[in-house]
Amino acid sequence: MSDLTQLTISQARAKLRAKEITATEITDAYLSAIERANPALNAYVAITDDKARGMAKISDAKLAKGEGGSLEGIPLGIKDLFGTEGIHTQACSHVLDGFKPRYESTVTANLWSDGAVMLGKLNMDEFAMGSSNETSYYGPVVNPWRRSRLDTVVMPTTHQGDGGFVSAGGTRTARTLDNAQLVPGGSSGGSASAVSAFLCAGATATDTGGSIRQPAAFTGTVGIKPTYGRCSRWGIAAFASSLDQAGPIARDVRDAAILLKSMASVDPKDTTSVDRPVPDYEAAIGRPVKGMKVGIPREYRVDGMPEEIEALWQKGIAWLRDAGAEIVDISLPHTKYALPAYYIVAPAEASSNLARYDGVRYGLRVPGKDIVDMYEKTRAAGFGREVKRRIMIGTYVLSAGYYDAYYLQAQKVRNLIKRDFETVFAAGVDVILTPATPSAAFGIADEDMAADPVKMYLNDIFTVTVNMAGLPGIAVPAGLDAKGLPLGLQLIGRPFDEEALFQTAHVIEQAAGTFQPEKWW
Amino acid sequence: MSVDIKTVKRVARLARIAVSEEDAERMTGELNAILGFVEQLNEVDVSGVEPMTSVIPMEMKKRRDVVTDGNKAADIVANAPATEENFFLVPKVVE
Repeated sequence: MSDLTQLTISQARAKLRAKEITATEITDAYLSAIERANPALNAYVAITDDKARGMAKISDAKLAKGEGGSLEGIPLGIKDLFGTEGIHTQACSHVLDGFKPRYESTVTANLWSDGAVMLGKLNMDEFAMGSSNETSYYGPVVNPWRRSRLDTVVMPTTHQGDGGFVSAGGTRTARTLDNAQLVPGGSSGGSASAVSAFLCAGATATDTGGSIRQPAAFTGTVGIKPTYGRCSRWGIAAFASSLDQAGPIARDVRDAAILLKSMASVDPKDTTSVDRPVPDYEAAIGRPVKGMKVGIPREYRVDGMPEEIEALWQKGIAWLRDAGAEIVDISLPHTKYALPAYYIVAPAEASSNLARYDGVRYGLRVPGKDIVDMYEKTRAAGFGREVKRRIMIGTYVLSAGYYDAYYLQAQKVRNLIKRDFETVFAAGVDVILTPATPSAAFGIADEDMAADPVKMYLNDIFTVTVNMAGLPGIAVPAGLDAKGLPLGLQLIGRPFDEEALFQTAHVIEQAAGTFQPEKWW
Repeated sequence: MSVDIKTVKRVARLARIAVSEEDAERMTGELNAILGFVEQLNEVDVSGVEPMTSVIPMEMKKRRDVVTDGNKAADIVANAPATEENFFLVPKVVE
C-alpha cells in the first residue's frame, strides 16, 4: 500500500492485526499529510504529534503481542469541543484562551482505552454554533471539495514530426476545478474536512441541530448522531444540554459503526446517559433490509429545494425499494416548527451554559474597573458575533415576562414534534428517509448567509427535528450534483435503533458508492 | 414581538456582555430577524400539551451523597487567570 492514509478504519485494523503495517507507520503517514494540507484546509487547530507518536508506540507494543483494543493504532482527529487532558481544548473560542483541562471527556477516554491514537484537535464553529465553520476563532475551515465545470474541449487536428498522428480533432469533455473555496458545513467542519481529505482515519464530532450530519453531507462522508443519552456528554463543552450528542464522522458506514461502538457507553457521570448495553453496530451491516418499512415524510419537500435534491431523494427511495424495503408515505405535521422551536430552546440553554465563561475560573480575562466591568469586557472580547447573538436571544427569551411565551411554548411544540415521530414508529415504520441538507456546500463568506442569520439557520431544516425528538440520525453520501459536489441522504431511526440506520445506510452506500474529492491542496 | 435598542442594551447587561452603541444597533436588527422567524410558533395549538422536560423518558439518576473526587483544589484552579493559594482572585467586590 503506497498511501496508508487511504485505508479505511476496517482495512487498517486488519493490516495492523496481521502485522502488515505498524501504528507508527500509519500515524506518521497522517502526520505528514496534515503538515502538508493544514495550511490550505485549516482543519486542525492543534496537532499533537509527540502524543500521537507516543500512543502509536504503545499500540505497536500491544499489537506485536497480538493484544490491543478494537481501535488499536487507529489515528483519529478530535473536535475541539471534547476535553482532552493537558491538551488544547478551547471550543474554538477566544474566551477559552489557553485552556488545558485536567480531565478527559468520557467519549475520548473510551477511544483511547480501545487503543486509538490522537492526531490533534479539530476546528469547529465557536462553541458549535454555526453551519459553515466560519464562526471559529481560528478562522474558517476549507472544504476539500470544489465545484467543477464540465467543459467541451475542441481538439485541434495536429500533426507531429514526420506525419505522426496526434489528434484527429473533434471534441471531448473535461472537468475543470473551480478555485472558489467552499465551506465544509458546521459546526463539525474540521472533522468533516479532515476525514474527507484523508487527514485522519475518522473523527469525533458533536451534533446539536445537525452539526455532524450537515458537514458529513457537504464533504461526502458518513456522520451519525446517535440517540440522546447514547454517548456521554461528560467532559464535552456544553452548548444546549438537552440537544447535544457526540458521534463520529467517518469515510464509510462500517467505519462509523466501529467508531460509535467505542464512543458510546453508559456513564454515571452524565445523568442523561441511558442504561442500555452498547450493541455491536458493525454486525448490523449487511443485514438484509427486505421487509423493512421506510417512511417518506411529505413535509420534507420544502419550497425552493433544488431539483437535484429531490432527484437524489427519489434515487434513495428506489435503492431501498430494490433491496426489498417497503416504502410508505408518512406525515410529520409539526416539521416546519422544529427550526423556530430550536432557535428558542438552543439559545436559552446556551445562554445558561455559557454563563460560566466569566474570566474567573479559566481562559481569557480582560481587566475592568470592578468585577461586573471585568465580566462584561471579558465576555465582549471573548465571544464572537454568532455566540453573542445566541446568548442574547437566550437571555431575552428566558427573561422575566417572556419565559412562558417563548421557552415554554417551544418545549410544548417540541413534545408535538416528538409525538409526530412516535406516531409513525408506532404504525410500524422502521426508518425514515429524507435529504440531509437543502443544498450542496456553499462558498466561504457567502453574502446572503452573512446578511441574514436565519438563512444560515435554514441549513439545518432537515436535521434539527431529530435533535428536538432525541432520535438517532445518519447522513450518508448518495451522489454528486451537477457541479460535482457531494450530496447526502439522511435516515432517522427509533430511539436506540442505530443498528437499523447502519443497516439501511449501508444499502444506500452499496448502491451509491463512496466519494473522494480531487486533490488540489 | 420585537425589541428596541433599549431592550437590547438591557439584555446585554443581563448577559454580562459589554456592547457599544454600534453593536447594540446591529444586534437589534439581528435579534428582530430571529424573533420574527420564531413568531410562527404561536400558530401551534398546544392546549393540553405538556412542555418537554426529559428527551428520553427516564428517571433522573441520583448519586449517593458521598465525596467521590475530593482533594482536587490544585486541578480546579490550574486554568484560572489569577489565583493565590488555591483561591480564585477577582477585583475587589466589597469595600
